[in-house]
Amino acid sequence: MPSLGPDMEAGTLVEWLIKPGDDVHRGDIIAVVETHKGAIEIEVFEDGVLETYLAEIGKTIPVGTPMAVIRGAGQDVPSRDQQLLAAADATTQKKEVAPAEPVHKTAPDTKPDQTVSGSSLPSGKPGMRVRITPAARRRAKESGLDLMSFENPGFGPEGVITLADVEARIDAKPGAPGAAANVAGPMEKSGMRKAIAAAMSRSKREIPHYYLGHTIDLSKAAAFVTQTNANRPPAERLLLGALYLKAVARALGKYPEFNGHFTGDIFHPNAAAHIGMAIRIRGGGLVAPAIHNTESLDLDSVMSAIRDLVSRVRAGRFRSSELSDPTITISSLGDRGVDTLYGVIYPPQVALIGIGTPSTRPWVQDGVLVPRQIANISLAADHRVSDGHQGALFLRAISNFLQAPETL
Amino acid sequence: MNTIEIEAVLKEEIHRIAPDIDVTTIDRDANLQEEFDIDSMDFLHLVTALSSRFNIDMPQADYPRMMTYNAMTAYLNEHAWSH
Repeated sequence: MPSLGPDMEAGTLVEWLIKPGDDVHRGDIIAVVETHKGAIEIEVFEDGVLETYLAEIGKTIPVGTPMAVIRGAGQDVPSRDQQLLAAADATTQKKEVAPAEPVHKTAPDTKPDQTVSGSSLPSGKPGMRVRITPAARRRAKESGLDLMSFENPGFGPEGVITLADVEARIDAKPGAPGAAANVAGPMEKSGMRKAIAAAMSRSKREIPHYYLGHTIDLSKAAAFVTQTNANRPPAERLLLGALYLKAVARALGKYPEFNGHFTGDIFHPNAAAHIGMAIRIRGGGLVAPAIHNTESLDLDSVMSAIRDLVSRVRAGRFRSSELSDPTITISSLGDRGVDTLYGVIYPPQVALIGIGTPSTRPWVQDGVLVPRQIANISLAADHRVSDGHQGALFLRAISNFLQAPETL
Repeated sequence: MNTIEIEAVLKEEIHRIAPDIDVTTIDRDANLQEEFDIDSMDFLHLVTALSSRFNIDMPQADYPRMMTYNAMTAYLNEHAWSH
């Protein structure tokens, strides 16, 4: 079970996407794990063949626990001892791994203690989840179905709620999407809040933050976006956010002391800019998954990546590397916020860029007072790694790149 | 497509983006983004979806005519009729 951030202690396996005997390659998505942040697609770190499952669907698995045995390319078939070990491990667990596909109304032999539904567990226990397949969760979310309304286990293996269960419930409840809409129920919220609390407490405890702010003229960037979008269909339009990401990526090229991870008392700069984008989750909380290699993507590719990421975050499903890889975070208040954001760094990162809501303000340019589109940008940075001097140069560099949007 | 059908599509697409907001409780003449608590990315997703559903352009220059629920309905009625 990979750690997908300093706030994660465990994850619940909801789906295997490969079978024993299948080839796997680095970066392949092999499983889906449910965490406080939603359903996360787990990527494999090496090439090889999946030998055995060690983790069981529906089980909550602590970070660091092996989930499967993967025989590396060129490695021998595991020894008899290893096989026995795996077998022993499997027998200590109550049930065998069952496929997560929807299964129609098999014998209702599901033990109540195996389900995580409203009626069969003590109420108010944090971290408790309805067990549901990702497809079913998505469908329930789309239709505004309250997952907590499932009093009985679903018909899938081990009482997992399947797509068929959700469809049946939607059919049985016509025209009521608005009412029971908040899928992020109280339990889900507290899980997310706990995760944020853990990460931010660690940040404030360990990271000696310093803060800098700068007022920048976004008129050229905004005009560039308007002009670019004028003849484009909606699916190809840009937002200012894409320009922010690119400008930060370019500035990081000059100031690498803001891009990387601080672990084991040492700062490890990263060559690539995996920029975490703070994305609000409806119903409470936020996540900041990475747009990978922002420095090498053109503006349109960055924009497509943002669209894709936001859609998947809204649908509650993203990839493990997107959560563990960010090397810096951008948090933008968008067009309905306030002037300034003061960031809290997400460990083990060492910097966060905050972007306030742009507004039209008086500005002096070449000795003349003119109305311009103005925004405050801020930097929260780790004093163990950098100083205010570099921080100031970094913020100015971001501003300068935004003055030449056509070069981004 | 008639007015009722057009509004049904609008409701469906808004619901996809803001499933927690009941359309019957909003002020239809107030700012759409405020009423549904959606950001510029959500709004772009909405326009992209509507543009594709109705096969109309919905240029960015027309955004000021889509700022409220009622304005959006009127805009769609005006442009989607021809299809």
